[in-house]
Amino acid sequence: MEIVSTQRQKIHPHKFTLWIAIASIIMMFAGLTSAYIVKGSLPGWSTVEMPKIFYYSTGVMLISSLTIQVALKSFKERSMQQYRRLITLTAILGFLFITFQIIGFRQLAHSGVQLSGGSGAGQFLYIIFGLHALHVLGGAIALLVMFIRAFSTRIRNYNAVPVEVVSTYWHFVDLLWIYLFVFFLLK
Amino acid sequence: MSNEAVLHGHPEVVTTHEVHHDEHHVHHHKETFITKYVFSQDHKMIAKQFLITGMTWAIIGGLMSVLFRLQLGYPDQTFPWLEDILGRWAKGGKITAENYYALVTMHGTVLVFFVLTGGLSGTFANFLIPLQCGARDMASPFMNMLSYWFFFGGSVVMLSSLFIQTGPFSGGWTAYPPLSALGDASPGSKTGMDLWITAMAMFVISSLLGGLNYISTVLNLRTKGMSMTRLPLTIWALFFTAVLGVLSFPVLLSGFILLLFDRHAGTSFYLSDIYINGVGALPNEGGSAILFQHLFWFLGHPEVYIILLPAMGMASEILSVNARKPIFGYMAMVGSLFAITILAFLVWAHHMFVTGLNPFLGSVFVLLTLLIAVPSAIKVFNWLTTIWKANIRFTPGMLFALGFVSLFISGGLTGIFLGNSTLDIHLHDTYFVIAHFHIVMGVSAFFGMFAGIYHWFPKMYGRYLNSTMAYVHFWVTLIGAYLIFWPMHYEGLAGMPRRYLDYSIWESFKQFSDLNKFISTVAMIVFAVQLMFVFNFFYSIFKGRKVTTQNPWGSTTLEWTAPIRPGHGNWPGEIPEVHRWAYDYSKDGRDFIPQTEPINPNESKH
Repeated sequence: MEIVSTQRQKIHPHKFTLWIAIASIIMMFAGLTSAYIVKGSLPGWSTVEMPKIFYYSTGVMLISSLTIQVALKSFKERSMQQYRRLITLTAILGFLFITFQIIGFRQLAHSGVQLSGGSGAGQFLYIIFGLHALHVLGGAIALLVMFIRAFSTRIRNYNAVPVEVVSTYWHFVDLLWIYLFVFFLLK
Repeated sequence: MSNEAVLHGHPEVVTTHEVHHDEHHVHHHKETFITKYVFSQDHKMIAKQFLITGMTWAIIGGLMSVLFRLQLGYPDQTFPWLEDILGRWAKGGKITAENYYALVTMHGTVLVFFVLTGGLSGTFANFLIPLQCGARDMASPFMNMLSYWFFFGGSVVMLSSLFIQTGPFSGGWTAYPPLSALGDASPGSKTGMDLWITAMAMFVISSLLGGLNYISTVLNLRTKGMSMTRLPLTIWALFFTAVLGVLSFPVLLSGFILLLFDRHAGTSFYLSDIYINGVGALPNEGGSAILFQHLFWFLGHPEVYIILLPAMGMASEILSVNARKPIFGYMAMVGSLFAITILAFLVWAHHMFVTGLNPFLGSVFVLLTLLIAVPSAIKVFNWLTTIWKANIRFTPGMLFALGFVSLFISGGLTGIFLGNSTLDIHLHDTYFVIAHFHIVMGVSAFFGMFAGIYHWFPKMYGRYLNSTMAYVHFWVTLIGAYLIFWPMHYEGLAGMPRRYLDYSIWESFKQFSDLNKFISTVAMIVFAVQLMFVFNFFYSIFKGRKVTTQNPWGSTTLEWTAPIRPGHGNWPGEIPEVHRWAYDYSKDGRDFIPQTEPINPNESKH
């Protein structure tokens, strides 16, 4: 049984894969934000005023990070009732976040920030926030899958790895959002 | 989590698996034709799928080069049969300018991405990582399968772009805007470019899925006793390749996303002050085409090493096995791979010396670029000292590995010229550049790939490739490669620019018309010999000489402890345990000592 004990100390391959994937996603957004910086020093740059609703979506994102953390804790303590409630709440908050983003985009469009013709902060904002929202959507879909699994009576599942993977990813999109939000506020 | 659980991947039973780990299951998968050969999750089958798809692309890409070499070598002649196969793209038996650009663009895209990235690291990372690390399969066999099918999907989309009315993308494999961003810029920039981006996006996803798997398999699923410093160099090289891919491909994807918005949403990230004949002035303002070049080359340069590192790793392994000597300077080899990986991210702007780059910044990039010569030279030195005074077995794999070293030296030396920003003013966009990168990353990576195929074919298919055809293949390809690309250095030094349709109307380059004819003729001969290799490959799968011993090359590594035709899971029963590094050749009077053999107390240290 020595093999098992030495391998137990290692991080689970799926979790490890997630960390590399996170590095990869970071590189993608690093590429985009550095493109923003390069572009910002060129003539013809236009700035954008951040719609207020993005502050609310930041709040939603932070709360959802909290709920998924508690969900993971209650899963590990086997209090499945609470786990189900919290994971549902997190998924709802995820979709609420995406709705807020769409409303924010609409407000920007109404205030005259268009994709066509321009190449200033506004256009970058649409693309960068849009890509981030896609990543949140991916996480929310993963949450939905876990939600269905948690209510299934057929499979009894006490393996914490998928829950840990999703919660790590969720914290990551949260942090990524805070980075992007602050980035656009400061620029 | 254990190796067994990875293979079976039922999350709900993982806990029980870990408890009863010592109970070994005999795997009775119900395998149908579909699960075994098509949607296979076995890393060995996925490797073969990558290899054969890559070979198909290599034939298509090679044929393209023959077609445009026909134009370059014989610009004054017509070939009526060309009109039969290419239709209006070769009206009157002469390739049109549009088609010529489409051919060179697709030749570059296909060979760089679909053959030498997908086909090379897709094949050997999949095949060798689990077998040489001692794992049942990849960390996530399902993601691995997805990786192949994204590659296949991207291939289908790219291939389909050859058959549309406006033709495939024709603005160069680097896809610089504005040619890539404006549909009105050229016929190839219309639907062809949309298909190009779609195919490339799928290719990037495939690379990322594969790379994630390769990294987590190497780091997490090594067998007992296989510490990182006992890994064969192939695995180290494939590991660093995956790291490069995972960190650089997403940046390319960012660049493509902005490009897509410029094409279809009217943004101006890359576009500014453009007037198109017949369309008029465009409203786009404030964009910068240089921005795309930065994003592109931030991938583009690591991409060179994504292509080259697997070849380096395989050459190291094959040289050591067939020299019957331990690899010289194992840790220096690992260190230089690491140094190359780091430097690969810091040199991208040497592709942009003449774009108006700040000269001070240029000098920094010159320094960093020339620094790559240090780890490269360490590797060359170690390869040469590995074969020094060795009793070499000249198997086809060994010949190709030696050819790789030769080409890497010749091609690497011209890199020192091009890495200088001042020399680059004269040499950029000339045939010198073509000659440099074709030798150092094109042909030499191909040699690494051939070496790998000849060496591991017995493990893949349980049969040998035909040696006579292999020797003909080697000598014609090696001599041919030098005959094709050596003269191009002279043409480039004389200032002959690349990507031109016809040099015969140009007074300065008329002197090269016979040389061009010569290059084209050799290119056709070399291409024909590659077809012979393809024949050898498929013939030998079914009719080749059978492998009768488990370890035909007398190699120390783990893949040769598996059965001759390993099933899914690689080893029946326990995974072998590793007790030593991978290079105990000619030690203490023994020809080789497998990695699975425990260290003898009387053994000398390596």
